[in-house]
Amino acid sequence: MAEVVLKGIRKSFGDIETIHGVDLTIADREFVVFVGPSGCGKSTLLRLIAGLEEITAGEMTIDGQMVNELPPAQRGIAMVFQSYALYPHMTVYDNMAFGLKLAKASKETIEERVRRAAGILQIDHLLERKPKEMSGGQRQRVAIGRAIVRDPKVFLFDEPLSNLDAALRVQTRIELAKLHEDMAATMVYVTHDQVEAMTLADKIVVLNAGNVEQIGSPLELYHHPENLFVAGFIGSPKMNFVKGSIAAVDQNAIEVALPGEVRTRIAVRPDGARNGDEVTLGVRPEHLIAGGADSQLVGRVDVVEQLGDSNLAYVSLPNGATVVVRSEGDARVREGDQMPAGLDPSQCHLFDADGAAFPRVIQ
Amino acid sequence: MTQQTLDHAAAAPAVASGKLSLGRSRVRAAWIFLAPMLLVLLLVAGWPLARTIYFGFTDADLSDIANYEFIGFANYLEYDDGEWYGLLVDPDWWNAVRNTLVFAFISVSLETALGLIIALALNASFPGRSILRAAVLIPWAIPTVVSAKMWGWMLHDQFGVLNDMLMGLGILSQPVAWTADPQLAMAAVIMVDVWKTTPFMALLILAGLQMLPSDCYEAARVDGVHPVKVFFRITLPLIRPAIMVAVIFRLLDALRIFDLIYVLTSNSTDTMSMSVYARQQLVDFQAVGYGSAASTLLFMVIAVLTVVYIVGGKVNLGEGNR
Ligand SMILES: Nc1ncnc2c1ncn2[C@@H]1O[C@H](COP(=O)(O)OP(=O)(O)OP(=O)(O)O)[C@@H](O)[C@H]1O
Ligand SMILES: [Mg+2]
Repeated sequence: MAEVVLKGIRKSFGDIETIHGVDLTIADREFVVFVGPSGCGKSTLLRLIAGLEEITAGEMTIDGQMVNELPPAQRGIAMVFQSYALYPHMTVYDNMAFGLKLAKASKETIEERVRRAAGILQIDHLLERKPKEMSGGQRQRVAIGRAIVRDPKVFLFDEPLSNLDAALRVQTRIELAKLHEDMAATMVYVTHDQVEAMTLADKIVVLNAGNVEQIGSPLELYHHPENLFVAGFIGSPKMNFVKGSIAAVDQNAIEVALPGEVRTRIAVRPDGARNGDEVTLGVRPEHLIAGGADSQLVGRVDVVEQLGDSNLAYVSLPNGATVVVRSEGDARVREGDQMPAGLDPSQCHLFDADGAAFPRVIQ
Repeated sequence: MTQQTLDHAAAAPAVASGKLSLGRSRVRAAWIFLAPMLLVLLLVAGWPLARTIYFGFTDADLSDIANYEFIGFANYLEYDDGEWYGLLVDPDWWNAVRNTLVFAFISVSLETALGLIIALALNASFPGRSILRAAVLIPWAIPTVVSAKMWGWMLHDQFGVLNDMLMGLGILSQPVAWTADPQLAMAAVIMVDVWKTTPFMALLILAGLQMLPSDCYEAARVDGVHPVKVFFRITLPLIRPAIMVAVIFRLLDALRIFDLIYVLTSNSTDTMSMSVYARQQLVDFQAVGYGSAASTLLFMVIAVLTVVYIVGGKVNLGEGNR
């Protein structure tokens, strides 16, 4: 059981606080991904778990044991660094064996564990190489291998794939998912790659400026973002936001007036909503209907990006806002055209003036 | 294969028509850029060296440098009347060689050890670090003759501040002739050299330390490696190339040591180095031939030691350490 529990964790560098009280429970064998914009404190939070940074306030337990004062080596963790952090002067074998050797493990144990890790990662043939004689992808495997050899309760990854090319990233991502299954260990993973987060995570933690914005499964975050930040952060291209105001409030729906005399009824719990309130309607590009619908936004197509399987049309509305519409790859959309973007009320999100979402009611 | 043949066929007429291939024109450009430097080196280093080697085979005299005779290896070794003569059997020369080696070995070792310690200290982050880094360099920045003279006065047996201080503290009961006492002269010379050149060593090693990847140290912390082990198993192997290069610089310098020893102890046999010996023959005894032979031998000793060091220490002077 390697449950990691963070209670009110704060971190200050000098006078500047960068982590403002994080509460988080990472269950045993869970794959948790930290996402957030650059500088939001993902790495710092991971390093706090690793013990590479000191916790300023709050409590952290790993496997039921309080670890605030424990050095990294005694926390039962292993870390994979973005820059691999291999020892440049040692062979792959020695890199993986170094920690065990100094911990005075027997030669057979070391040999057996290194060979096993190398087998899992298919780097058996590289064991005598030095780091500089390998490609980035191979180095990354060695770094992961070094973590496996430690047989940790918790794996920590700080953007491990960000130095790899797109194809290798996909491949390694799949291998990591498999590794998680095989190792039956808890994993904490930092990334700013949407796809990595969505595909790998059991649970995603969205961070913003040192605060947790939302914690939930990938689909929960996609379908039920709790606020504007999460809504805008999860999903690519990003969710469209259109300002409007409340025209009518029902028991299970809110009717919104949007620019261009458009009205639409969205099924949400209208907690505290009143007529005339400013709201923001959110709708993902893939949920806008290119051909139009009962209620629709109409604007002029500024730019079309052709992705092959789909097109992204950037449509500027009469009020100056731009919405992105995803349509089929073979749909004929031309720049300069007037284009209707139909709203499917069941796929819309609604946020109040403070950015908090009205909880969606799924029919 | 076919493609390659075609390429060759296409390239050939281009060369024949007077245009150089890319590789050859690069080589030519390199020579053009190098030529001025090579010429200067030839004039200021090659020519004097050749002259010195040449004079080593003559009996030239400083009072009448134009008149000399070619005497073969007589300056080095000559058998005459049942006795051997020449540099190779001159006990003073071998004394100078021994002094030089002792001096070079001890001072470079001390400088490396101290330089490493200072570099490690300067590599840590603390307030005022950059000022301290600059301040440490001061001994290195002072010209050797000036610092040697300065130390000469501080070490003076009657007026020296060192004796005064040590006597004031009650450590010494009577003044010590630091630079004249045969037991102490070499130690004094080494001390001054260490004082002067440790900063240079420290700076070169510091440069090496700053190239170290910091994330390795975090990996070592996760691996739970003891800091002492981290130093010996990670830091030292990684900065070894930097240290080896720094040592070779210092070794070349120390083996031809002249100014410090000459200013501090002049021609005393207790501290006489190979360079001081050669100067004494050449200038004081006016024996240009013999002195040149000594200089040539000095050159060869240094060359041999350097090659031994580079081969033995597997020093990589070029790029490609990382
Ligand atoms: N050692 C440090 N000293 C002072 N401030 C720091 C230190 N490390 C991080 N910070 C600050 O903490 C904040 C969070 O940094 P962190 O490295 O955790 O961001 P991140 O989310 O990992 O960003 P990225 O995606 O760019 O890696 C930043 O504002 C950064 O300036
Ligand atoms: Mg980071």
